[in-house]
Amino acid sequence: MRFVSLPFLFTISALSALVVFAAGIAVLDTAVAASAEKGKAAFVQHGCWQCHDFAGEGSIATSNGRVIARTALPLEAFTGFVRMSNGQMPPYRPTVLSDEELGDIYAYLQSLPEPKAPSDIPLLNSNVRSR
Amino acid sequence: MAAKASRVKLASSVKLNRRKFLAAAAVASASGVANPTGTAAAPQAEQRLPSALPPNAHVAAAETGNPPEPASRGNGTPGSDFMVDVIKTLDIKYVPANPASSYRGIHESLINYGKNTMPEFLTCMHEESGVAMCHGYFKATGKPLMTLVHGVVGLQHAAMSVYNAWCDRVPVLIMGGNDLDAARRAPGVPTFHSAQDINAIVRDYTKWDDTPVSPQHFAQSFVRMYKIATTPPYGPVMMALDGGLQTEPIRQDGEQLYIPKYFPSAPPQGDSGAVKEAARLLANAERPVIVVDRLARTPNGVSLLVELAELLQAPVVDQGNRMNFPNTHYLSRPANVVNQADVVIGMELSDYWNTVNGFIDNGDDGLGRNVAKVKPQTKLISISSVDLLTKSNYQDFQRFQSIDVSMPGDAEATLPALIEAVRSAISSDRKDAMLKRGDAIRQAHAKGLDATKQAAAIAWDATPISTARLVIELYAQIKDLDWSLVSTSGNTSNWANRLWPIEKHHQWLGASGGYGVGYGAPASVGAALGNRDLGHFSVSIQSDGDLMYAPGVLWTAARHKIPLLAVMHNNRGYHQEVMHIQRMSNFRDRVANIGNDLAPIGTSIMNPDIEYHKLAESMGWWAKGPIVDPADLGPAIKEAVAVVKSGQPALVNVLTQPR
Repeated sequence: MRFVSLPFLFTISALSALVVFAAGIAVLDTAVAASAEKGKAAFVQHGCWQCHDFAGEGSIATSNGRVIARTALPLEAFTGFVRMSNGQMPPYRPTVLSDEELGDIYAYLQSLPEPKAPSDIPLLNSNVRSR
Repeated sequence: MAAKASRVKLASSVKLNRRKFLAAAAVASASGVANPTGTAAAPQAEQRLPSALPPNAHVAAAETGNPPEPASRGNGTPGSDFMVDVIKTLDIKYVPANPASSYRGIHESLINYGKNTMPEFLTCMHEESGVAMCHGYFKATGKPLMTLVHGVVGLQHAAMSVYNAWCDRVPVLIMGGNDLDAARRAPGVPTFHSAQDINAIVRDYTKWDDTPVSPQHFAQSFVRMYKIATTPPYGPVMMALDGGLQTEPIRQDGEQLYIPKYFPSAPPQGDSGAVKEAARLLANAERPVIVVDRLARTPNGVSLLVELAELLQAPVVDQGNRMNFPNTHYLSRPANVVNQADVVIGMELSDYWNTVNGFIDNGDDGLGRNVAKVKPQTKLISISSVDLLTKSNYQDFQRFQSIDVSMPGDAEATLPALIEAVRSAISSDRKDAMLKRGDAIRQAHAKGLDATKQAAAIAWDATPISTARLVIELYAQIKDLDWSLVSTSGNTSNWANRLWPIEKHHQWLGASGGYGVGYGAPASVGAALGNRDLGHFSVSIQSDGDLMYAPGVLWTAARHKIPLLAVMHNNRGYHQEVMHIQRMSNFRDRVANIGNDLAPIGTSIMNPDIEYHKLAESMGWWAKGPIVDPADLGPAIKEAVAVVKSGQPALVNVLTQPR
């Protein structure tokens, strides 16, 4: 597994930013890289980041605390939810987001790095409320 | 010019006492006499221009040139000096306000006769800022401030902040200058800025208002408005301050003016029978849940709530418009615990319906649908002072919720009686079950904290910086100080509430009340002003969109040396609206048009990015940014903390993830 990471540069124009997104993805292998690369661009273009943040970490306010980075859902279940969501997330129909783009987004989410363990982050241990 | 000079001469020749004028006007009205002064009616009607035209050279000169000589000067005590005497009896420390001609009389009295102390005039650059500073100050100190606004346009500027204070149940004393006397006020701009009833602008969202017509009337009304504002449920109050009443000398006719003494009112309590019934339900419940929003008006409210929760071993959901309950306490639980409740007691909730129901903005017709969160047989109890004060127009009362035991009254004041009633109602055979319930909640609390830490670790090193990292890096730099989080405008996923130990009443001041954006920056400065005097270290998480409504408040903070650490949650968009437009696009099966930005057209704040650090620097703040690399965040905040500890405001501009 090899990760390549570049910073997002959102202070430049959107088109430039999309290029940077594409260049900054984390890839698993060549086969996945192509779709993950497109998936990252689609993730931005279709507004997934708005509720789930750019790294899929999500928010208790906008995605009920759900993390979609490296989602455990199989692709079929993931697709079904996106297409049919009757929860707070509005559904994305194929006319808006194609199956191919959705597959790319899934690949992008799977390509995201595994998060650190909280125990490996000193600030999260010494600087938060205790039990 | 000749016509103008003659009018001025006429005005100076008419020695008409204000109350005599009002009396004469009343007589004239009753008798049909239209000319009480007996002067010849000047044939000036044909000279008038349509009111819709912009100011002409004459009108502009009236605004920008030297004012005409006053009708009289130096003959006795100005009415506004007596007003200052009244104000000084009520321990009001500051007047944050934007200057305006319609209250020039009292302005002059405050700074000269009153020597600019108690209250001290603080220069604001927007009336919205003045009111919001009063709002934040009260939440930090428990003491109300007053503000002054220009009659029409100033109060219109202030209106949104007044609405926030209304919804957040915060007392603010607002006085608006107004020239009622159409025959004597200056023409042109001052007349544009006068109205029959300026209070009407904010009447729907103030507790009370008045327009005094004599100095004694002012004294009574000012003490009355203070008393009304500070009796729960708290709220803003409004007084129109006539220009003539401010400037004319007090009549020396033997009448002795007096200042009524202020005595605070006892807060209203829930009915004793209803308190007993509520206690019976709670004591016999299997899964009682306590939900609070603006319960703790004072630190004692926190102590009382802890006592009730521990007595019942019941989880507490703090909706967070005040610091009601320590989040480190094992009985502190998230909102979803109401799902299994058999009894819910809600205290000072702003939205009971939405506490026990939900709304999903994803209906087939695009209009959303309702869902129940609690079981149909769940008993609901309410204690709320807001039930004593409901108006019709603005919908801050939210949807109607049927309640089994409803007590209009102040919850904090009712808690001692409720605690005693619960203590009496708990039978000895219930105590073991309650302790077991408490043990289960303790375990759930610990698990919840672990899950929260795991969530915070995701995207820890991401750029833009995650909101979790922003909040934790900030806490690391202030944790050893007696800190006060004065505002979290925008949305950082409640990380501060979830991870910072919030145990003291002043550590969390809640939100705006009415969700009127533009509250965060001025309310933070107001709260920091109060905290400066109390010795608390003030920190705010400042969102980008909120700051740009009235950024001039940054200058006010620097000018008056108000120490505040503002850390920008700069996500470069009106993010709530970003998501709304995406939602509507999805409903309508359209790809959202993002133009040349990242978010739908009309919702981004980018291209160009606003350099908030430079904006702050230009107004006298120490500032740093933009912080892009998360590794740079901690050191930048550390520098800023040192500046704030020296007594100056400081801002760190951080590029962040959306939420």
